[in-house]
Amino acid sequence: MSPRARLVLFAAVTPVFAVLFFLAARGLPSFGSDFHPYGDRAVAVAIEQRATDNVVSSVNFDQRAVDTLGEEFILFGSVIGTLVLLRPSPEERQVGQRSAGRVLPTTRLAGYLLLPVSVLVGLYVIAHGQLSPGGGFQGGVVLATGWHLLYVAGRYLAMRRAAPPTVLEITESLGAAAFAAVGLAGLGLGGAFLANVLPTGSRGELLSGGTVPLLNAAVGVEVAAAVVLLLAAFLEQAVVLRRVDYQDQR
Amino acid sequence: MMLLIYLAMGLVTLAGTVVVLSREPARQAVSLSVFGLMLAILFVTVQAPDVALSQLAIGTAVVPLMIMLTIQKLGGRQ
Repeated sequence: MSPRARLVLFAAVTPVFAVLFFLAARGLPSFGSDFHPYGDRAVAVAIEQRATDNVVSSVNFDQRAVDTLGEEFILFGSVIGTLVLLRPSPEERQVGQRSAGRVLPTTRLAGYLLLPVSVLVGLYVIAHGQLSPGGGFQGGVVLATGWHLLYVAGRYLAMRRAAPPTVLEITESLGAAAFAAVGLAGLGLGGAFLANVLPTGSRGELLSGGTVPLLNAAVGVEVAAAVVLLLAAFLEQAVVLRRVDYQDQR
Repeated sequence: MMLLIYLAMGLVTLAGTVVVLSREPARQAVSLSVFGLMLAILFVTVQAPDVALSQLAIGTAVVPLMIMLTIQKLGGRQ
């Protein structure tokens, strides 16, 4: 589509969308009002019955945990799809250099210093999902991005060797399976899939919220492994694999 | 508090427009990262710290990194 045609389409559709969006948003409760029927019930259940201080985690991993199970498998499926798409094609060979080339000493130092810090932050965010903002997903992504500081520090090979794809794939699957296993345990012991069957403890303690910390840990493992796998596939394509002409192969 | 929210919304609008108007993919990846940061600030001002954390991790780090790696790959082929 030419830029001009795009502009015409944009100008034709935008007013329609604007009017419909305005009409739809008029029915919403006004911003900042104190009428929150769903919120009030969710907060009451999270605080009084389940001793989960972070209500968002209580909704995500307890009251509506089935939704999170779905999201977890969406991530699982999309990572598998991306890995299939990014696999080396027959005309690609590993000709790129496996080291990251020249890295400034200051960059290397920053990478090494920030690696333990970000791993600690990631583990903290996963472990405190029931108490403070964050949880398995956020902490898992922090862990995975922190891990790539090794690449920034010029240790691509060491990073690859320390976490081979097979190990990551198994770890990712185990994380996803653990979530489903906790759900089945709820079915067996509590009579409902993902029922919160563990003792909830008391509010503000590290082990409170029943199954919420367990599910957060499962999601943390799954997400960290999934994002490392994903970025590893992109890195492999960008850094190591090069398209080789058939002429060169002979 | 409302003033902060409006300020954050203004920054999101500004950063989003910059993303759309930058034509070169490499620059777009960087401006997308800034846009993600502004969105995270907006989420904090409307008291959604959980979403802000996700946005910060995915929108400002992972997605721009994947775009940069893709550009690197495609640039090497030409």
